[in-house]
Amino acid sequence: MTNVSMTVNGKAVSGEVEGRTLLSDFLRENLHLTGTHVGCDTSQCGACTVHVAGKMVKSCTMLALEADGGDVSTIEGMANEDGSLGVIQAAFQEHHGLQCGFCTPGMVMAASALLAENSSPSEAEIRHHLDGNICRCTGYHNIVKSIQAAASALS
Amino acid sequence: MYDFEFVKPSTVDEAVAALSSEDAQALGGGQTLIPTMKQRLASPTKLVSLLGIASMAGVSENNGVVTIGGATTHADVAAAGLGAVSTLAGNIGDPAVRNRGTIGGSLANNDPSADYPAAILALGATIVTNNREIAAGDFFDGMFTTTLEEGEIITAVSFTPPSAASYQKFEQPASHFALTGVFVAKTASGVRVAVTGASEEGVHRWTTAEDALNTNFSADALEGLSVSPDGMIADLHGTAEYRANLVKVLAQRAVASC
Ligand SMILES: Cc1cc2nc3c(=O)[nH]c(=O)nc-3n(C[C@H](O)[C@H](O)[C@H](O)COP(=O)(O)OP(=O)(O)OC[C@H]3O[C@@H](n4cnc5c(N)ncnc54)[C@H](O)[C@@H]3O)c2cc1C
Ligand code: FES
Ligand code: FES
Repeated sequence: MTNVSMTVNGKAVSGEVEGRTLLSDFLRENLHLTGTHVGCDTSQCGACTVHVAGKMVKSCTMLALEADGGDVSTIEGMANEDGSLGVIQAAFQEHHGLQCGFCTPGMVMAASALLAENSSPSEAEIRHHLDGNICRCTGYHNIVKSIQAAASALS
Repeated sequence: MYDFEFVKPSTVDEAVAALSSEDAQALGGGQTLIPTMKQRLASPTKLVSLLGIASMAGVSENNGVVTIGGATTHADVAAAGLGAVSTLAGNIGDPAVRNRGTIGGSLANNDPSADYPAAILALGATIVTNNREIAAGDFFDGMFTTTLEEGEIITAVSFTPPSAASYQKFEQPASHFALTGVFVAKTASGVRVAVTGASEEGVHRWTTAEDALNTNFSADALEGLSVSPDGMIADLHGTAEYRANLVKVLAQRAVASC
């Protein structure tokens, strides 16, 4: 076992991990941040999307030790300080951007990465950006609508 | 996934030393290797991450030669303003894959449907390793095989920018890999056409098309040519005949958009 330390949602955390411990496992099992979902565990679905150094990554396809010393954000960090929904989350709620909600943490993290780079993405840019995020309930139209609404709310 | 020791050296020399132990393997972005290890198709006892080596990341241009560090992510190449090469990188997989995956990892893996090999072969690029320089034509050695030695690291890729180039990819929508992809480049040594996703031999040049284009650089110059389906990949996504036809169609589109 090796010690790993990182910042998660602004808080310094550390823990003991194996070489093979995935970032998704570290977040869920060690830190009990179970908002990051593991849908496929084969790098396809994007439910496990988090940000490392501000960039979206699939936490099931990154080792916890690769994030050592890094800055990680998860869905738990997307809410406001008082626990109310952040702008992107609220837009998903308002525009029915979720059905069962399983893919939603990954969708919200993907949306937030996109809006940080491009504050007014076109519909085509949003869809291209969601290439690696699969919604088993197939609610893509409303996910796109939610991201468009979040973009205008943020601008 | 079996357990392993994880190390993250900060220089190429340290990485080469770490890779000299038995069953050690280089780790780029892990976007191919981690899924492979989860399936237990690879079980290194030591992973040597190359992402802590500052000299291996980033894109630079010197005396008309572009150099891409071996650990440069697809996202960074996409943002580097390298024309068709940046467009290609920006269409690999999805944003999360592009934020981790590296050019060195993609080339070392030499997936027969990967995008970068087509660009590297068409550009006549040079693959720079920790101990030598390999011409693109001598690097790819059939599906998932390259002429890299055990423990050899791709530290950079360099090429002279082409006067015009285009990559046309017919995407396999589930995997985002190329069902077939064609990269056409006008280089100082003539037109080069490289094809990925089609042949059972992996990436290769379509020299008949190159000859035609060197005489007349237009999509029409390829009209009379046909590609044989012999030796083409056939799977549930497309037959050998379908891929053979795609090679010509995509080459014509690439020429038209050069
Ligand atoms: C969902 C998904 C979609 C994808 N879509 C595409 C696509 O559309 N097109 C495409 O081309 N690819 C695609 N890929 C593959 C992706 O581009 C990978 O990033 C790439 O193939 C491997 O790069 P890596 O840095 O992640 O390497 P790793 O996975 O870390 O390593 C791959 C292999 O290369 C070796 N290696 C790594 N770096 C070096 C180096 N510098 N020198 C020597 N050996 C090295 C490793 O030991 C290993 O054998 C996709 C992957 C996923 C998960
Ligand atoms: S759980 Fe990571 S991509 Fe599906
Ligand atoms: S809302 Fe059910 S998977 Fe997307």
